[in-house]
Amino acid sequence: MVSKIIKQVLLYALAVLLLIFTGVPFLAMVNSSFKDQLEFMQSPWSLPDAITLENYAYLLETDFITYFGNSVFVVTISVIITIFLSAMAAYPLARLNFKLNTPIFVLFLVGMMIPIHTTLVPIFQLTVGMGLYDTLWALIGPYVAFALPVSIVIFRQFLRELPKELEESAQIDGCGHFMLFWKILFPLLTPAIATITIYNFIIMWNEFIFALVLTNSPGNATLPLGLRDFQGDFSVNVPGMMAALTLASVPLLLIYFFAQEKIVKGIAAGSVKG
Amino acid sequence: MSQYGNDSTADTTYQEKPEVKSREKKRRDRKTGWVIFGFLAPAMAFYFLYVVFAIFMTVYYSVFEWSGIDDDMNFIGFQNYLTMFADGAFWQSVGNNFLLVFSSLFTQLPLGLIMALMLFSPIKGIRFFRSIYFMPFLMSTVAIGILFTYIYDPTYGLVNEFLRAVGLGNFTRGWLGNEATAIWAIIVVVIWQFAPFYMILFRAAIVGIPEDLYEAADIDGATPWQRFTNVTLPLLMPTIITSSILSVIGALKYFDLIYVMTGGGPNNSTHLMATYMYDHAFSHFNMGYGSGISFSMFIIALIATIFILWFDRRRKGEF
Repeated sequence: MVSKIIKQVLLYALAVLLLIFTGVPFLAMVNSSFKDQLEFMQSPWSLPDAITLENYAYLLETDFITYFGNSVFVVTISVIITIFLSAMAAYPLARLNFKLNTPIFVLFLVGMMIPIHTTLVPIFQLTVGMGLYDTLWALIGPYVAFALPVSIVIFRQFLRELPKELEESAQIDGCGHFMLFWKILFPLLTPAIATITIYNFIIMWNEFIFALVLTNSPGNATLPLGLRDFQGDFSVNVPGMMAALTLASVPLLLIYFFAQEKIVKGIAAGSVKG
Repeated sequence: MSQYGNDSTADTTYQEKPEVKSREKKRRDRKTGWVIFGFLAPAMAFYFLYVVFAIFMTVYYSVFEWSGIDDDMNFIGFQNYLTMFADGAFWQSVGNNFLLVFSSLFTQLPLGLIMALMLFSPIKGIRFFRSIYFMPFLMSTVAIGILFTYIYDPTYGLVNEFLRAVGLGNFTRGWLGNEATAIWAIIVVVIWQFAPFYMILFRAAIVGIPEDLYEAADIDGATPWQRFTNVTLPLLMPTIITSSILSVIGALKYFDLIYVMTGGGPNNSTHLMATYMYDHAFSHFNMGYGSGISFSMFIIALIATIFILWFDRRRKGEF
């Protein structure tokens, strides 16, 4: 079957073409991060003659560690708050009947389509007014607020699928709503919590515009903001810049290799309901 | 809370049975009401402060001439909107936004679909392919912007090096410094970044298509192309609709990439509404005007969403 072979060849050709399209920029980045400056000047995109780690060592002398630490701090706190608030909010929306149930849920859904720029000036004013401007705390409010809609959608979906008997048996035991939620339902949410943690981690780790508007001094910069500053400082040291970009992506790549399915679930759940 | 409880139990002793029940129910409802409030309040507080309240404030600020960094607010009615309608650079940014919306719809979605279909084809090591295909989505947009600034660099950039290597040296140029090519160079990066996202969405949807539909199609002697147009595509329609909404909204929100790669230049040719708004509000400190632009973004996003949903309704009605 000649036509079958041709088909196979075309299929592989397309697959490899897509592989080049998606993979090469990434490969070029990691590749040039292992070169010294001189070699980069001579042949920027070839494989390195000898792998050098000097670019990575140099990063340790810069503010990179500060930026990295700031990002970890802001993202960790924001994700934890998001988990608790959205899980709590999802409980009545998923399992209790009340008049405002649908309107409130729709209100959160609408949040998924709002361009965040519409809120930028007021949030800037609010942050200045609260005395949080140019602190890492300034970022937590907006990060949580804009993470809530997707997280509530995922938790609500998950809570709806838990059996109704959980409530009934809890009521027989004389367990109130708070006890029922914290002691029985919340521990069952672990898979959803993992999905939401990972999904929000990726988005918050990469967040740029709130950090740009709400902080100012380098000591309070998160990683994306710091990378932008590096772009000026490293304009002649391209391999150094590439090392910074590579290192900034490492946490996400680690998450990806260990929890691919969770990311996929987060994306699917966050959008199917749109 | 407990006060209500005491009142109603005191009363109920004198009532007939059905009345007792409804009183009892009311008391429980009121208690449940407080419970619901308790669960929802913390999330609502964040959401109202940073989203709902902020949108109203944007509308409010947009009728002032105001730097945003002092108290000198000058009420000027709709003047900001009138200025905007006469502002050529604003319309350029709107045009770029629409260019981005259409290129997103007609390249990212099809490419994402092709990539998703590839994942189901008989290729060895498809897991490896999938892992690489998805990687662009994981990088921060800022990192992508910086990376591609180097890839497009006029002297040592990967694109020009490649063109020289294959004998197309005449086509080399400063892709981002040239008004004619800058926005297209950026659009390619946007496609690169987001096609994998739609690949994941489509893949999830294709997994959900029942196998017996394909079996039935095979019994009817369907060709692979017929299988695709008669089974896969119709069943993917809901996903295509939601993806369209996401991609349109996403295109209206783009900011990071432009900000890092060109800052809206050369000569305003790559501004999007978001970067143009940022420029006015936070670089030139004209927050009144900036608020006008950002409220327009909100309205356009709203209209776009409603339009797609309406389109979906009509499609369902006709089939």
